[in-house]
Amino acid sequence: MRTPMLGSRLVVNGALILTSIYFLFPVWWLIVSATKSNADLFATNGLWFAEPHLADNVQAVLSRGAGLFPRWLLNSVGYSLAAALGATVTSAACGYALAKFRFLGDRVLFGAVIAGLLIPGALLTVPLYLVAASVGLTNTIWSVIIPSIVSPFGVFLARVYIEGSVPDEVIESARMDGASELRIFGQIAVPMLTPALATIALFSFVGTWNSFMLPLIMLSNQKLYPVTLGLYAWQSYKGESTYNLVLAGSLLMVIPLIIGFLLLQKYLRKGLTLGAVKG
Amino acid sequence: MTTLTRGAGRVTRSAPRPRSAPRPALLILAGPFAILFLAVYVVPLVYAMQRSLFQVRSSGLGFGPSEDVFVGFANYASVLADAAFWAAVGRVFLYGVIQIPVMLVLAMLIALLIDSRAVWRPTVFRLTTFLPYAVPGIVATLLWTYLYVPQLSPIVKGLHAIGWQVDLLGQQTVLLSVANIAIWSWTGYNVVIYTAALQAIPQDLVEAARIDGAGEAGIAVRIKVPLIRGSVGLTALLSMIGTVQLFNEPYILKTVTTAVSSDWTPMMMALNTTFGANDFERGSAISIVIALIAGVLAVIYQLASTRSERSA
Repeated sequence: MRTPMLGSRLVVNGALILTSIYFLFPVWWLIVSATKSNADLFATNGLWFAEPHLADNVQAVLSRGAGLFPRWLLNSVGYSLAAALGATVTSAACGYALAKFRFLGDRVLFGAVIAGLLIPGALLTVPLYLVAASVGLTNTIWSVIIPSIVSPFGVFLARVYIEGSVPDEVIESARMDGASELRIFGQIAVPMLTPALATIALFSFVGTWNSFMLPLIMLSNQKLYPVTLGLYAWQSYKGESTYNLVLAGSLLMVIPLIIGFLLLQKYLRKGLTLGAVKG
Repeated sequence: MTTLTRGAGRVTRSAPRPRSAPRPALLILAGPFAILFLAVYVVPLVYAMQRSLFQVRSSGLGFGPSEDVFVGFANYASVLADAAFWAAVGRVFLYGVIQIPVMLVLAMLIALLIDSRAVWRPTVFRLTTFLPYAVPGIVATLLWTYLYVPQLSPIVKGLHAIGWQVDLLGQQTVLLSVANIAIWSWTGYNVVIYTAALQAIPQDLVEAARIDGAGEAGIAVRIKVPLIRGSVGLTALLSMIGTVQLFNEPYILKTVTTAVSSDWTPMMMALNTTFGANDFERGSAISIVIALIAGVLAVIYQLASTRSERSA
Protein backbone atom coordinates (compact mmCIF):
# COMPACT_ATOMS: atom_id res chain seq x y z
CA MET A 1 0.00 0.00 0.00
CA ARG A 2 1.38 3.39 -0.96
CA THR A 3 1.82 5.82 1.88
CA PRO A 4 0.43 9.26 1.16
CA MET A 5 2.97 11.97 0.45
CA LEU A 6 4.18 14.17 3.29
CA GLY A 7 2.56 17.21 1.67
CA SER A 8 -0.92 15.76 1.63
CA ARG A 9 -0.45 14.45 5.17
CA LEU A 10 0.40 17.96 6.31
CA VAL A 11 -2.63 19.45 4.57
CA VAL A 12 -5.07 16.84 5.89
CA ASN A 13 -3.85 16.92 9.47
CA GLY A 14 -3.27 20.66 9.47
CA ALA A 15 -6.90 21.19 8.46
CA LEU A 16 -8.11 18.79 11.14
CA ILE A 17 -5.99 20.51 13.78
CA LEU A 18 -7.51 23.85 12.80
CA THR A 19 -11.08 22.55 13.07
CA SER A 20 -10.20 20.87 16.38
CA ILE A 21 -8.97 24.22 17.73
CA TYR A 22 -12.30 25.75 16.68
CA PHE A 23 -14.25 23.05 18.52
CA LEU A 24 -12.08 23.07 21.65
CA PHE A 25 -11.58 26.82 21.96
CA PRO A 26 -14.85 27.76 23.75
CA VAL A 27 -14.39 24.90 26.21
CA TRP A 28 -10.83 26.05 26.93
CA TRP A 29 -12.08 29.61 27.38
CA LEU A 30 -14.74 28.35 29.79
CA ILE A 31 -12.17 26.49 31.90
CA VAL A 32 -9.88 29.53 32.03
CA SER A 33 -12.65 32.05 32.66
CA ALA A 34 -14.39 30.06 35.38
CA THR A 35 -11.26 30.56 37.50
CA LYS A 36 -11.33 34.37 37.25
CA SER A 37 -12.93 37.12 39.23
CA ASN A 38 -15.37 39.41 37.43
CA ALA A 39 -12.77 42.17 37.32
CA ASP A 40 -10.08 39.88 35.87
CA LEU A 41 -12.46 38.63 33.19
CA PHE A 42 -12.34 42.09 31.67
CA ALA A 43 -8.81 43.10 32.56
CA THR A 44 -6.67 40.03 31.84
CA ASN A 45 -5.73 37.94 28.82
CA GLY A 46 -8.79 35.82 28.01
CA LEU A 47 -6.75 32.87 26.81
CA TRP A 48 -4.73 32.30 29.94
CA PHE A 49 -5.26 32.04 33.70
CA ALA A 50 -5.01 35.00 36.08
CA GLU A 51 -5.17 35.07 39.85
CA PRO A 52 -7.12 31.89 40.75
CA HIS A 53 -10.66 32.55 41.95
CA LEU A 54 -12.27 29.23 41.14
CA ALA A 55 -12.99 28.36 44.77
CA ASP A 56 -14.65 31.75 45.36
CA ASN A 57 -16.70 31.38 42.21
CA VAL A 58 -17.85 27.87 43.05
CA GLN A 59 -18.68 29.03 46.56
CA ALA A 60 -20.72 31.90 45.12
CA VAL A 61 -22.54 29.55 42.73
CA LEU A 62 -23.42 27.05 45.44
CA SER A 63 -24.55 29.56 48.03
CA ARG A 64 -26.52 31.99 45.89
CA GLY A 65 -30.26 32.10 46.59
CA ALA A 66 -29.90 29.68 49.53
CA GLY A 67 -28.53 26.83 47.44
CA LEU A 68 -30.58 27.26 44.26
CA PHE A 69 -27.88 25.85 42.00
CA PRO A 70 -27.58 22.42 43.66
CA ARG A 71 -31.34 22.29 43.58
CA TRP A 72 -31.39 23.08 39.85
CA LEU A 73 -28.87 20.30 39.26
CA LEU A 74 -31.04 17.87 41.21
CA ASN A 75 -34.10 19.00 39.24
CA SER A 76 -32.29 18.42 35.96
CA VAL A 77 -31.21 14.97 37.10
CA GLY A 78 -34.73 14.16 38.28
CA TYR A 79 -36.49 15.39 35.13
CA SER A 80 -33.98 13.63 32.89
CA LEU A 81 -34.14 10.32 34.76
CA ALA A 82 -37.95 10.39 34.78
CA ALA A 83 -37.98 11.14 31.04
CA ALA A 84 -35.43 8.41 30.30
CA LEU A 85 -37.29 5.81 32.32
CA GLY A 86 -40.74 6.74 31.05
CA ALA A 87 -39.67 7.03 27.42
CA THR A 88 -37.81 3.74 27.46
CA VAL A 89 -40.68 1.76 28.98
CA THR A 90 -43.50 3.26 26.89
CA SER A 91 -41.47 3.22 23.65
CA ALA A 92 -40.28 -0.35 24.04
CA ALA A 93 -43.79 -1.62 24.79
CA CYS A 94 -45.41 0.30 21.96
CA GLY A 95 -42.62 -0.56 19.52
CA TYR A 96 -43.08 -4.23 20.41
CA ALA A 97 -46.83 -4.07 19.83
CA LEU A 98 -46.28 -2.38 16.47
CA ALA A 99 -43.59 -4.83 15.42
CA LYS A 100 -45.23 -8.07 16.42
CA PHE A 101 -49.01 -7.61 16.24
CA ARG A 102 -51.62 -6.44 13.85
CA PHE A 103 -54.41 -4.54 15.54
CA LEU A 104 -57.07 -1.98 14.90
CA GLY A 105 -55.39 1.39 14.36
CA ASP A 106 -51.83 0.11 14.16
CA ARG A 107 -51.22 1.94 10.89
CA VAL A 108 -52.64 5.16 12.29
CA LEU A 109 -50.45 4.80 15.35
CA PHE A 110 -47.31 4.24 13.29
CA GLY A 111 -48.23 7.14 11.02
CA ALA A 112 -48.56 9.30 14.13
CA VAL A 113 -45.11 8.19 15.26
CA ILE A 114 -43.59 9.23 11.93
CA ALA A 115 -45.44 12.56 12.01
CA GLY A 116 -44.23 13.08 15.57
CA LEU A 117 -40.65 12.44 14.41
CA LEU A 118 -40.89 15.11 11.75
CA ILE A 119 -42.79 17.87 13.54
CA PRO A 120 -40.47 20.54 14.96
CA GLY A 121 -40.89 20.03 18.70
CA ALA A 122 -40.72 23.72 19.58
CA LEU A 123 -43.97 24.33 17.72
CA LEU A 124 -45.76 22.27 20.34
CA THR A 125 -44.73 24.46 23.25
CA VAL A 126 -47.40 27.15 22.90
CA PRO A 127 -50.19 24.55 22.38
CA LEU A 128 -48.81 22.50 25.27
CA TYR A 129 -48.87 25.53 27.49
CA LEU A 130 -52.52 26.22 26.63
CA VAL A 131 -53.50 22.67 27.57
CA ALA A 132 -51.33 22.58 30.70
CA ALA A 133 -52.81 25.90 31.83
CA SER A 134 -56.37 24.71 31.32
CA VAL A 135 -55.80 21.63 33.49
CA GLY A 136 -53.74 23.53 36.06
CA LEU A 137 -50.44 21.75 35.44
CA THR A 138 -48.28 24.78 34.64
CA ASN A 139 -45.55 25.52 37.13
CA THR A 140 -45.45 21.89 38.26
CA ILE A 141 -42.81 19.27 37.59
CA TRP A 142 -45.36 17.34 35.49
CA SER A 143 -45.52 20.09 32.90
CA VAL A 144 -41.86 19.38 32.15
CA ILE A 145 -41.79 15.61 32.68
CA ILE A 146 -44.90 14.43 30.82
CA PRO A 147 -44.01 15.97 27.43
CA SER A 148 -40.45 14.65 27.78
CA ILE A 149 -41.66 11.07 28.18
CA VAL A 150 -43.31 10.93 24.78
CA SER A 151 -40.65 9.77 22.34
CA PRO A 152 -41.72 9.01 18.76
CA PHE A 153 -38.04 8.45 18.04
CA GLY A 154 -37.98 5.80 20.77
CA VAL A 155 -41.01 3.96 19.36
CA PHE A 156 -39.58 4.10 15.86
CA LEU A 157 -36.21 2.81 16.99
CA ALA A 158 -37.75 0.08 19.18
CA ARG A 159 -39.96 -1.11 16.35
CA VAL A 160 -37.16 -1.26 13.79
CA TYR A 161 -34.86 -2.96 16.27
CA ILE A 162 -37.45 -5.54 17.34
CA GLU A 163 -38.22 -6.38 13.70
CA GLY A 164 -34.56 -7.16 13.23
CA SER A 165 -33.63 -8.90 16.43
CA VAL A 166 -36.60 -10.65 18.04
CA PRO A 167 -37.47 -13.66 15.85
CA ASP A 168 -41.12 -14.72 15.62
CA GLU A 169 -40.10 -18.33 16.28
CA VAL A 170 -38.87 -17.46 19.75
CA ILE A 171 -42.15 -15.74 20.57
CA GLU A 172 -44.14 -18.60 19.08
CA SER A 173 -42.35 -21.26 21.09
CA ALA A 174 -42.81 -19.28 24.29
CA ARG A 175 -46.52 -19.15 23.46
CA MET A 176 -46.57 -22.93 23.03
CA ASP A 177 -45.10 -23.19 26.49
CA GLY A 178 -48.07 -21.22 27.71
CA ALA A 179 -46.38 -17.90 28.54
CA SER A 180 -48.66 -14.86 28.52
CA GLU A 181 -48.05 -12.12 25.97
CA LEU A 182 -46.88 -9.65 28.60
CA ARG A 183 -44.52 -12.18 30.05
CA ILE A 184 -43.06 -12.89 26.63
CA PHE A 185 -42.47 -9.18 26.19
CA GLY A 186 -40.94 -8.66 29.62
CA GLN A 187 -38.84 -11.77 29.94
CA ILE A 188 -37.92 -12.69 26.39
CA ALA A 189 -38.09 -9.58 24.21
CA VAL A 190 -36.78 -6.94 26.62
CA PRO A 191 -33.47 -8.72 27.34
CA MET A 192 -32.89 -8.99 23.58
CA LEU A 193 -33.45 -5.25 23.22
CA THR A 194 -30.86 -3.92 25.63
CA PRO A 195 -28.82 -1.92 23.07
CA ALA A 196 -31.92 -0.20 21.69
CA LEU A 197 -33.27 0.48 25.18
CA ALA A 198 -29.94 1.98 26.26
CA THR A 199 -30.00 4.24 23.22
CA ILE A 200 -33.55 5.42 23.88
CA ALA A 201 -32.78 6.07 27.55
CA LEU A 202 -29.57 7.92 26.72
CA PHE A 203 -31.16 10.20 24.16
CA SER A 204 -34.22 10.94 26.26
CA PHE A 205 -31.92 11.81 29.13
CA VAL A 206 -29.75 14.09 27.02
CA GLY A 207 -32.75 15.70 25.33
CA THR A 208 -34.43 16.50 28.63
CA TRP A 209 -31.19 17.66 30.22
CA ASN A 210 -30.71 20.12 27.36
CA SER A 211 -34.30 21.32 27.15
CA PHE A 212 -34.82 25.01 27.65
CA MET A 213 -37.92 26.30 25.91
CA LEU A 214 -40.40 23.98 27.61
CA PRO A 215 -39.30 24.78 31.20
CA LEU A 216 -38.92 28.44 30.19
CA ILE A 217 -42.62 28.77 29.41
CA MET A 218 -43.99 26.22 31.90
CA LEU A 219 -42.14 27.12 35.10
CA SER A 220 -42.19 30.37 37.02
CA ASN A 221 -41.04 29.05 40.39
CA GLN A 222 -37.23 29.27 40.43
CA LYS A 223 -37.05 26.28 42.75
CA LEU A 224 -38.40 24.05 39.98
CA TYR A 225 -35.97 25.25 37.30
CA PRO A 226 -33.64 22.83 35.57
CA VAL A 227 -30.05 24.02 35.48
CA THR A 228 -30.25 25.28 31.86
CA LEU A 229 -33.01 27.69 32.77
CA GLY A 230 -31.29 28.67 36.00
CA LEU A 231 -28.09 29.64 34.20
CA TYR A 232 -30.13 31.69 31.75
CA ALA A 233 -31.87 33.44 34.66
CA TRP A 234 -28.48 34.40 36.07
CA GLN A 235 -27.12 35.47 32.70
CA SER A 236 -30.08 37.72 31.97
CA TYR A 237 -30.12 39.22 35.47
CA LYS A 238 -29.20 42.86 35.10
CA GLY A 239 -28.94 43.85 38.76
CA GLU A 240 -25.25 43.03 39.10
CA SER A 241 -22.33 41.40 37.34
CA THR A 242 -23.09 37.67 37.11
CA TYR A 243 -20.38 36.57 34.68
CA ASN A 244 -18.48 34.56 37.27
CA LEU A 245 -21.67 32.82 38.40
CA VAL A 246 -22.71 31.86 34.86
CA LEU A 247 -19.23 30.66 33.92
CA ALA A 248 -18.49 28.67 37.07
CA GLY A 249 -22.03 27.27 37.02
CA SER A 250 -21.60 26.26 33.37
CA LEU A 251 -18.31 24.57 34.19
CA LEU A 252 -19.87 22.66 37.10
CA MET A 253 -22.68 21.55 34.81
CA VAL A 254 -20.47 20.59 31.88
CA ILE A 255 -17.77 18.60 33.73
CA PRO A 256 -19.98 15.61 34.57
CA LEU A 257 -21.42 15.75 31.05
CA ILE A 258 -17.98 15.62 29.45
CA ILE A 259 -16.96 12.72 31.69
CA GLY A 260 -20.18 10.91 30.80
CA PHE A 261 -19.61 11.76 27.16
CA LEU A 262 -16.11 10.31 27.15
CA LEU A 263 -17.39 7.12 28.78
CA LEU A 264 -20.47 6.76 26.60
CA GLN A 265 -19.39 8.26 23.29
CA LYS A 266 -19.37 4.89 21.55
CA TYR A 267 -23.05 4.39 22.44
CA LEU A 268 -23.88 7.98 21.56
CA ARG A 269 -22.35 7.60 18.12
CA LYS A 270 -24.08 4.27 17.57
CA GLY A 271 -27.39 5.76 18.66
CA LEU A 272 -27.02 8.73 16.36
CA THR A 273 -26.54 6.48 13.39
CA LEU A 274 -29.31 4.03 14.36
CA GLY A 275 -31.87 6.74 14.01
CA ALA A 276 -30.99 10.36 13.94
CA VAL A 277 -32.27 12.68 16.61
CA LYS A 278 -31.69 16.36 16.96
CA GLY A 279 -32.70 19.08 19.39
CA MET B 1 -35.80 11.63 5.14
CA THR B 2 -34.41 9.01 2.87
CA THR B 3 -33.22 6.76 5.66
CA LEU B 4 -36.31 7.34 7.74
CA THR B 5 -38.87 6.51 5.08
CA ARG B 6 -36.80 3.80 3.56
CA GLY B 7 -36.50 2.19 6.96
CA ALA B 8 -40.19 2.68 7.58
CA GLY B 9 -41.10 1.21 4.21
CA ARG B 10 -39.02 -1.83 4.84
CA VAL B 11 -40.67 -2.33 8.18
CA THR B 12 -44.19 -2.25 6.80
CA ARG B 13 -43.45 -4.65 3.99
CA SER B 14 -41.38 -7.31 5.69
CA ALA B 15 -42.39 -9.89 8.29
CA PRO B 16 -46.14 -10.38 8.27
CA ARG B 17 -46.96 -9.85 11.90
CA PRO B 18 -47.98 -13.18 13.43
CA ARG B 19 -51.42 -12.57 14.88
CA SER B 20 -53.53 -10.37 16.96
CA ALA B 21 -52.86 -10.48 20.67
CA PRO B 22 -55.49 -10.56 23.38
CA ARG B 23 -56.86 -7.08 23.75
CA PRO B 24 -55.79 -6.43 27.39
CA ALA B 25 -52.16 -7.23 26.56
CA LEU B 26 -52.23 -4.88 23.57
CA LEU B 27 -53.78 -2.12 25.64
CA ILE B 28 -51.05 -2.45 28.22
CA LEU B 29 -48.31 -2.48 25.57
CA ALA B 30 -49.43 0.21 23.18
CA GLY B 31 -51.84 2.08 25.43
CA PRO B 32 -49.50 4.20 27.54
CA PHE B 33 -47.64 5.64 24.55
CA ALA B 34 -50.87 6.15 22.60
CA ILE B 35 -52.50 8.02 25.49
CA LEU B 36 -49.43 10.16 26.13
CA PHE B 37 -49.10 10.90 22.42
CA LEU B 38 -52.71 12.05 22.38
CA ALA B 39 -52.14 14.24 25.43
CA VAL B 40 -48.87 15.79 24.27
CA TYR B 41 -49.29 16.04 20.50
CA VAL B 42 -52.89 15.65 19.35
CA VAL B 43 -54.90 17.41 22.06
CA PRO B 44 -52.62 20.49 22.22
CA LEU B 45 -52.58 20.85 18.43
CA VAL B 46 -56.35 20.49 18.12
CA TYR B 47 -56.89 22.87 21.03
CA ALA B 48 -54.49 25.41 19.54
CA MET B 49 -56.28 25.14 16.19
CA GLN B 50 -59.57 25.79 17.88
CA ARG B 51 -58.25 28.72 19.92
CA SER B 52 -56.69 30.23 16.82
CA LEU B 53 -60.19 30.83 15.46
CA PHE B 54 -61.18 33.02 18.41
CA GLN B 55 -60.30 36.41 19.81
CA VAL B 56 -60.69 37.57 23.37
CA ARG B 57 -62.07 41.09 23.35
CA SER B 58 -62.49 43.21 26.37
CA SER B 59 -65.56 45.39 26.27
CA GLY B 60 -65.79 49.00 27.35
CA LEU B 61 -62.26 50.46 27.56
CA GLY B 62 -60.91 47.20 28.90
CA PHE B 63 -62.69 47.45 32.23
CA GLY B 64 -65.71 45.30 31.44
CA PRO B 65 -65.70 41.51 31.30
CA SER B 66 -63.85 40.13 28.30
CA GLU B 67 -65.70 37.99 25.81
CA ASP B 68 -64.60 35.15 23.58
CA VAL B 69 -65.54 35.88 19.97
CA PHE B 70 -65.39 33.44 17.07
CA VAL B 71 -63.52 35.25 14.30
CA GLY B 72 -62.89 32.51 11.73
CA PHE B 73 -59.53 32.96 10.06
CA ALA B 74 -59.07 36.57 11.14
CA ASN B 75 -56.03 35.73 13.29
CA TYR B 76 -54.41 33.95 10.37
CA ALA B 77 -55.19 36.82 8.03
CA SER B 78 -53.60 39.29 10.40
CA VAL B 79 -50.52 37.09 10.90
CA LEU B 80 -50.10 36.64 7.15
CA ALA B 81 -50.52 40.39 6.62
CA ASP B 82 -47.98 41.22 9.31
CA ALA B 83 -44.72 42.50 7.83
CA ALA B 84 -42.88 41.60 11.04
CA PHE B 85 -43.90 37.96 10.61
CA TRP B 86 -42.55 37.80 7.07
CA ALA B 87 -39.41 39.64 8.14
CA ALA B 88 -38.86 36.91 10.75
CA VAL B 89 -39.55 34.17 8.18
CA GLY B 90 -37.15 35.81 5.73
CA ARG B 91 -34.46 36.12 8.39
CA VAL B 92 -34.70 32.45 9.30
CA PHE B 93 -34.73 31.49 5.61
CA LEU B 94 -31.55 33.49 5.03
CA TYR B 95 -30.07 31.95 8.16
CA GLY B 96 -30.86 28.45 6.89
CA VAL B 97 -29.47 29.15 3.44
CA ILE B 98 -26.17 30.16 5.06
CA GLN B 99 -25.94 27.91 8.11
CA ILE B 100 -27.04 24.55 6.66
CA PRO B 101 -24.68 24.41 3.64
CA VAL B 102 -21.71 25.76 5.62
CA MET B 103 -22.23 23.24 8.41
CA LEU B 104 -22.86 20.26 6.13
CA VAL B 105 -19.92 21.03 3.83
CA LEU B 106 -17.65 21.49 6.85
CA ALA B 107 -18.92 18.22 8.35
CA MET B 108 -18.42 16.41 5.05
CA LEU B 109 -14.88 17.75 4.71
CA ILE B 110 -13.97 16.70 8.23
CA ALA B 111 -15.53 13.26 7.76
CA LEU B 112 -13.65 12.73 4.49
CA LEU B 113 -10.37 13.91 6.03
CA ILE B 114 -10.80 11.60 9.01
CA ASP B 115 -11.65 8.79 6.60
CA SER B 116 -8.60 9.48 4.42
CA ARG B 117 -5.39 7.48 4.54
CA ALA B 118 -3.29 10.52 5.37
CA VAL B 119 -4.87 11.12 8.78
CA TRP B 120 -2.65 10.78 11.86
CA ARG B 121 -4.98 10.20 14.79
CA PRO B 122 -8.54 9.52 13.58
CA THR B 123 -9.88 8.71 17.06
CA VAL B 124 -8.52 11.94 18.53
CA PHE B 125 -9.95 14.08 15.73
CA ARG B 126 -13.27 12.24 15.92
CA LEU B 127 -13.42 13.01 19.63
CA THR B 128 -12.54 16.70 19.39
CA THR B 129 -15.09 17.15 16.61
CA PHE B 130 -17.86 15.41 18.55
CA LEU B 131 -17.06 17.07 21.90
CA PRO B 132 -19.40 20.08 21.45
CA TYR B 133 -22.27 17.56 21.40
CA ALA B 134 -21.59 17.06 25.14
CA VAL B 135 -22.07 20.76 25.81
CA PRO B 136 -25.78 21.57 26.20
CA GLY B 137 -27.00 24.05 23.58
CA ILE B 138 -27.82 26.59 26.27
CA VAL B 139 -24.32 26.49 27.73
CA ALA B 140 -22.80 26.67 24.24
CA THR B 141 -24.94 29.72 23.55
CA LEU B 142 -24.04 31.39 26.87
CA LEU B 143 -20.34 30.82 26.14
CA TRP B 144 -20.48 32.16 22.60
CA THR B 145 -22.60 35.08 23.78
CA TYR B 146 -19.77 36.09 26.09
CA LEU B 147 -17.28 35.41 23.29
CA TYR B 148 -19.13 37.99 21.17
CA VAL B 149 -19.14 40.70 23.86
CA PRO B 150 -16.25 43.02 22.95
CA GLN B 151 -15.09 43.75 26.52
CA LEU B 152 -14.89 40.02 27.38
CA SER B 153 -13.99 38.25 24.18
CA PRO B 154 -10.39 37.36 23.35
CA ILE B 155 -11.57 36.92 19.74
CA VAL B 156 -12.92 40.45 19.39
CA LYS B 157 -9.96 41.90 21.31
CA GLY B 158 -7.57 40.02 19.06
CA LEU B 159 -9.29 41.20 15.89
CA HIS B 160 -9.28 44.78 17.18
CA ALA B 161 -5.59 44.45 17.95
CA ILE B 162 -4.83 43.61 14.32
CA GLY B 163 -6.93 46.56 13.24
CA TRP B 164 -10.21 44.88 12.30
CA GLN B 165 -12.96 46.79 14.11
CA VAL B 166 -15.54 44.03 13.87
CA ASP B 167 -18.81 44.08 15.83
CA LEU B 168 -20.09 40.52 16.16
CA LEU B 169 -23.38 41.71 17.67
CA GLY B 170 -24.32 44.32 15.04
CA GLN B 171 -27.39 44.41 12.79
CA GLN B 172 -25.37 43.01 9.88
CA THR B 173 -23.37 40.39 11.73
CA VAL B 174 -25.63 38.93 14.40
CA LEU B 175 -27.23 36.47 11.97
CA LEU B 176 -23.80 35.02 11.24
CA SER B 177 -23.00 34.96 14.94
CA VAL B 178 -26.14 32.90 15.58
CA ALA B 179 -25.20 30.60 12.68
CA ASN B 180 -21.74 30.12 14.17
CA ILE B 181 -23.21 28.83 17.44
CA ALA B 182 -25.29 26.24 15.60
CA ILE B 183 -22.36 25.26 13.40
CA TRP B 184 -20.16 24.82 16.45
CA SER B 185 -22.77 22.74 18.27
CA TRP B 186 -23.96 20.50 15.43
CA THR B 187 -21.08 19.91 13.00
CA GLY B 188 -19.71 17.02 15.04
CA TYR B 189 -23.12 15.39 15.11
CA ASN B 190 -23.23 15.42 11.31
CA VAL B 191 -19.65 14.18 11.10
CA VAL B 192 -20.70 11.14 13.14
CA ILE B 193 -23.48 10.34 10.68
CA TYR B 194 -21.23 10.82 7.65
CA THR B 195 -18.40 8.80 9.21
CA ALA B 196 -20.70 5.86 9.84
CA ALA B 197 -21.90 6.02 6.23
CA LEU B 198 -18.34 6.28 4.90
CA GLN B 199 -17.28 3.25 6.92
CA ALA B 200 -20.07 1.25 5.31
CA ILE B 201 -18.63 1.81 1.82
CA PRO B 202 -17.08 -1.45 0.57
CA GLN B 203 -13.29 -1.12 0.63
CA ASP B 204 -12.77 -2.98 -2.67
CA LEU B 205 -14.69 -0.22 -4.45
CA VAL B 206 -12.23 2.38 -3.20
CA GLU B 207 -9.30 0.04 -3.81
CA ALA B 208 -10.40 -0.57 -7.40
CA ALA B 209 -10.51 3.15 -8.07
CA ARG B 210 -7.04 3.50 -6.60
CA ILE B 211 -5.69 0.77 -8.88
CA ASP B 212 -7.26 2.61 -11.80
CA GLY B 213 -5.06 5.53 -10.77
CA ALA B 214 -7.64 7.82 -9.19
CA GLY B 215 -6.22 10.33 -6.70
CA GLU B 216 -7.42 10.40 -3.10
CA ALA B 217 -9.28 13.70 -3.57
CA GLY B 218 -10.93 12.35 -6.71
CA ILE B 219 -12.00 9.19 -4.89
CA ALA B 220 -13.45 11.29 -2.09
CA VAL B 221 -15.45 13.59 -4.35
CA ARG B 222 -16.47 11.20 -7.12
CA ILE B 223 -16.95 7.93 -5.25
CA LYS B 224 -17.41 8.48 -1.54
CA VAL B 225 -19.64 11.56 -1.55
CA PRO B 226 -22.15 10.20 -4.09
CA LEU B 227 -22.34 6.92 -2.18
CA ILE B 228 -23.40 8.59 1.06
CA ARG B 229 -25.97 10.90 -0.56
CA GLY B 230 -28.71 9.32 1.55
CA SER B 231 -27.03 10.48 4.76
CA VAL B 232 -26.56 13.95 3.33
CA GLY B 233 -30.29 14.09 2.59
CA LEU B 234 -31.13 13.00 6.12
CA THR B 235 -28.86 15.58 7.74
CA ALA B 236 -30.23 18.29 5.45
CA LEU B 237 -33.79 17.46 6.47
CA LEU B 238 -32.92 17.38 10.19
CA SER B 239 -31.11 20.71 9.85
CA MET B 240 -34.16 22.21 8.16
CA ILE B 241 -36.38 21.02 11.00
CA GLY B 242 -33.93 22.58 13.44
CA THR B 243 -33.89 25.85 11.52
CA VAL B 244 -37.66 26.25 11.41
CA GLN B 245 -37.78 26.24 15.21
CA LEU B 246 -34.74 28.51 15.71
CA PHE B 247 -35.21 30.03 19.15
CA ASN B 248 -32.67 29.36 21.92
CA GLU B 249 -29.59 31.02 20.40
CA PRO B 250 -31.19 34.33 19.36
CA TYR B 251 -33.32 34.39 22.52
CA ILE B 252 -30.18 34.34 24.66
CA LEU B 253 -28.21 36.70 22.39
CA LYS B 254 -31.07 39.16 22.81
CA THR B 255 -29.85 39.76 26.37
CA VAL B 256 -26.63 41.35 25.09
CA THR B 257 -27.61 43.07 21.85
CA THR B 258 -30.44 45.22 20.57
CA ALA B 259 -29.83 43.82 17.08
CA VAL B 260 -32.04 40.86 18.05
CA SER B 261 -35.65 41.95 18.51
CA SER B 262 -38.21 39.97 20.46
CA ASP B 263 -39.79 38.80 17.17
CA TRP B 264 -36.50 38.05 15.43
CA THR B 265 -37.54 34.51 14.44
CA PRO B 266 -41.08 33.16 13.90
CA MET B 267 -40.73 30.98 17.00
CA MET B 268 -39.65 33.96 19.12
CA MET B 269 -42.60 35.86 17.71
CA ALA B 270 -44.99 33.05 18.64
CA LEU B 271 -43.75 33.03 22.22
CA ASN B 272 -43.60 36.78 22.52
CA THR B 273 -47.15 37.12 21.20
CA THR B 274 -48.45 34.40 23.51
CA PHE B 275 -46.69 35.40 26.70
CA GLY B 276 -45.45 38.93 26.13
CA ALA B 277 -48.67 40.29 24.66
CA ASN B 278 -50.82 37.65 26.36
CA ASP B 279 -52.51 36.90 23.05
CA PHE B 280 -52.85 33.10 23.12
CA GLU B 281 -55.11 33.05 20.09
CA ARG B 282 -52.72 34.90 17.81
CA GLY B 283 -49.77 32.95 19.27
CA SER B 284 -51.56 29.71 18.36
CA ALA B 285 -52.17 30.98 14.84
CA ILE B 286 -48.47 31.81 14.43
CA SER B 287 -47.42 28.37 15.70
CA ILE B 288 -49.78 26.68 13.25
CA VAL B 289 -48.60 28.78 10.31
CA ILE B 290 -44.98 27.83 11.11
CA ALA B 291 -46.01 24.16 11.34
CA LEU B 292 -47.64 24.44 7.91
CA ILE B 293 -44.55 26.07 6.43
CA ALA B 294 -42.44 23.26 7.92
CA GLY B 295 -44.82 20.68 6.45
CA VAL B 296 -44.64 22.26 3.00
CA LEU B 297 -40.83 22.27 3.21
CA ALA B 298 -40.81 18.59 4.18
CA VAL B 299 -43.08 17.70 1.23
CA ILE B 300 -40.96 19.70 -1.23
CA TYR B 301 -37.88 18.04 0.17
CA GLN B 302 -39.44 14.59 -0.13
CA LEU B 303 -40.45 15.22 -3.77
CA ALA B 304 -36.99 16.54 -4.62
CA SER B 305 -35.19 13.62 -3.02
CA THR B 306 -37.36 10.93 -4.65
CA ARG B 307 -36.83 12.61 -8.01
CA SER B 308 -33.06 12.76 -7.58
CA GLU B 309 -33.04 9.12 -6.51
CA ARG B 310 -35.03 8.08 -9.56
CA SER B 311 -32.76 9.98 -11.91
CA ALA B 312 -29.65 8.45 -10.34
